[in-house]
Amino acid sequence: MSDKRIKIVEKIFDANDRLAQQNRQRFDDSNTFAINLMASPGAGKTTFILATINAMLDSNVRIGVIEGDTAPVTIDSDKIAAAGMPAIQVNTGGQCHMDALMVESALEQLSLEELDLVIVENVGNLICPASFDLGTHSKIVIASVPEGDDKPYKYPNIYRGLDVLIINKIDLLPYLDFDMDYFRQGVEMLNPGLETFALSSKTGEGLESWLTWLKNKLPQ
Amino acid sequence: MHELSVTESILEIACRHAEQAQAARVTDVHLVIGRLSSIIDDSVQFYWDLISKETLCEDARLHFKRTPAILTCQDCHQEFELTTELIPCPNCGSARIRVLSGDEFNIESIEIERKS
Repeated sequence: MSDKRIKIVEKIFDANDRLAQQNRQRFDDSNTFAINLMASPGAGKTTFILATINAMLDSNVRIGVIEGDTAPVTIDSDKIAAAGMPAIQVNTGGQCHMDALMVESALEQLSLEELDLVIVENVGNLICPASFDLGTHSKIVIASVPEGDDKPYKYPNIYRGLDVLIINKIDLLPYLDFDMDYFRQGVEMLNPGLETFALSSKTGEGLESWLTWLKNKLPQ
Repeated sequence: MHELSVTESILEIACRHAEQAQAARVTDVHLVIGRLSSIIDDSVQFYWDLISKETLCEDARLHFKRTPAILTCQDCHQEFELTTELIPCPNCGSARIRVLSGDEFNIESIEIERKS
């Protein structure tokens, strides 16, 4: 039999959360706004980032991208680099999410003081990334309409603690049975008053409101 | 889910506290996991058995205490427990609800044997 019980009450994610706090401090020190971009595979994360980069090319905003992928591929980072912005590819080694340690290593390869904005493109997954703070300032989820209107009900955790929701691919709405009211009610239950932008990265519809929000967050 | 990295964290925390207490071994680990945390007990146990070998925690038993998901309605202030999928307030139907508890994901205590 055991002869002693030791009270601990420690959060199991404490180690990650401490590291995330250090990352946040580094972003703050270099006056860089940081975003953790999460979504399911195929929601249009990379296309959304490219649309954002292209729309801001004239404004001299310097954007770095950290690309998390579960396989050792550079498809996404190649696209970002082709758009003229620094991109760091992180291979999570099969892991279903990024954690604060991966972002810390990626930051070693980025010249943060030269950047106004860093976007971390998380692994395509609506479950695991929700649990890991990366040390960014804003957590953003992209929900694309072909995924269906029931996603807030099926993946509630990712919608909580979120700062911005992007509803993407709205150009496809006429072809889908997507009930926007049902979708938005699910979101409202999880995250009342959540800042939401409905847009199409492809056609550019609705992009302007998102860009206005973003520009207000960037260092002036 | 990411049960392996979660289990590694549990092991790190338990071993750290056991060493501080100069334990000979850890016999039991008590976890508190809210119903809204998407963690599967059996998977954690599976990884635990693998990675705790040759540590202070080898053969330690894991105990999972599940805490309920309690929500409150911000309009009528009714509190209710969520046992199924997400629903509006059962009292007034409002969608303006807030989670009070059910997010916990803590290691609450360990039981150890002292060095003799």
